[in-house]
Amino acid sequence: MSGYASDVVALARKDLRLELRSRETLPAMVLFVLAMLVVFHFALPANASDDAAYGLLWVALVFTALLGLTRAWVPERTAGALDGLVLAPSDRSAIWLGKTIAAFVFLLVADAVALPAFSILFAPVGLAAIAGIVLASMGICAVGALASAMAAAARGREILLPLILLPLSIPLIVGGVGSSVSTEPSRYLTFLGLYDAVFALLSWAAFEYVVTE
Amino acid sequence: MKSRSLLATIVWLTVGTFAVATTLIFFVAPVDADQGLSQKIFYIHVPIALTAYACFGLGAWKALRLLFTRNERYDLESYTAVHQGTIFGALTLITGSIWAKASWGHWWSWGSDQLVLFLVLFLFYCAYFMVRFSIAEGAQRERISAVYALFGVALIPVSFMAIRLASDFIHPTVFKRSGPDMQASMFVAFCVSWLGMVLLAYVMYRVELFGKRTDRNLRDLRESSA
Repeated sequence: MSGYASDVVALARKDLRLELRSRETLPAMVLFVLAMLVVFHFALPANASDDAAYGLLWVALVFTALLGLTRAWVPERTAGALDGLVLAPSDRSAIWLGKTIAAFVFLLVADAVALPAFSILFAPVGLAAIAGIVLASMGICAVGALASAMAAAARGREILLPLILLPLSIPLIVGGVGSSVSTEPSRYLTFLGLYDAVFALLSWAAFEYVVTE
Repeated sequence: MKSRSLLATIVWLTVGTFAVATTLIFFVAPVDADQGLSQKIFYIHVPIALTAYACFGLGAWKALRLLFTRNERYDLESYTAVHQGTIFGALTLITGSIWAKASWGHWWSWGSDQLVLFLVLFLFYCAYFMVRFSIAEGAQRERISAVYALFGVALIPVSFMAIRLASDFIHPTVFKRSGPDMQASMFVAFCVSWLGMVLLAYVMYRVELFGKRTDRNLRDLRESSA
């Protein structure tokens, strides 16, 4: 494995192992998304269509991602670990990629709980919707890892992250809801792929400027 | 001093252009057959929107320069451009809302893609200021602001595509603002009005930049004398 890839894997593995030991973020995300689904049952009127439920599912997924990403840089902030990482002899974008992969894994686990629950409680989830959810999760983690690094540099970080990330995730919601409710989801999946490519590239290139002093 | 006399010239040019534009809009360009007098706001609303895009673009360009050259003067320039863009963005929302009320009877229409885009952009750029002012002044703030401004210009086309796509499942019939092709006099009025808006934005940009720089110089002086 080349140097860059092994750096990325090491960083992602560090985050996953940290989570396995401390269990701070993932249980919260899973519980949160389940609680959201229960709230939706009471928020939706009795005769609401399945499409409305799909729309709300996307709200739940984005908020769950926000919850996870808010905590994304907490381990790095404590005891100046981020400074150490920035000083390490590796490409800085590897830090972003490692964090994105870790956040993506967390989100996939939360999705894997949320989707069966959703299909039992509300409406079945099709293959296109699942593809949309995977693509959108990728996009929101790519942008979110950068945005939460920005927010981590600021005062009042917990408040700032949703403000940055919600406008950025509107295209993802459009693509995701489109892929769940439309009869021809391929356009929406292509769009989600395009979003992922554009913003992943931009975040990858910009990350270095966000963390260096 | 030279740049200030140049600025004064541009101020007068702006005033003159607006006078010409007003004349053209109300006395030369014909009243729209379909929408009547309310269509006149088109000559204000669309130039404002285009100027807002130009400001956001300028902000991103200056941000790119900052990241490449690490020259801190671009930070203030990028910030000022984004600030002007946000002001013009808010004006776009207000004028668009007035136009929507006049021609469709509602203050807001989700069917108008451009307006929805401006709402998303407005929210995004408002958060720019929140982020910027909660980071301690210094190189990191400059770079984070710059990266944010760059994300903004990437968000413009992507959001626009998204809103177009969304209108397919939110509004099954695609809404189009169809109308007859613009007459020459209408087009001239539009262009002059647009020129006036760009000049106005430029003047505001220079004045704000001048104020901000004076502020900074004053603070530097105070710190060095203390």
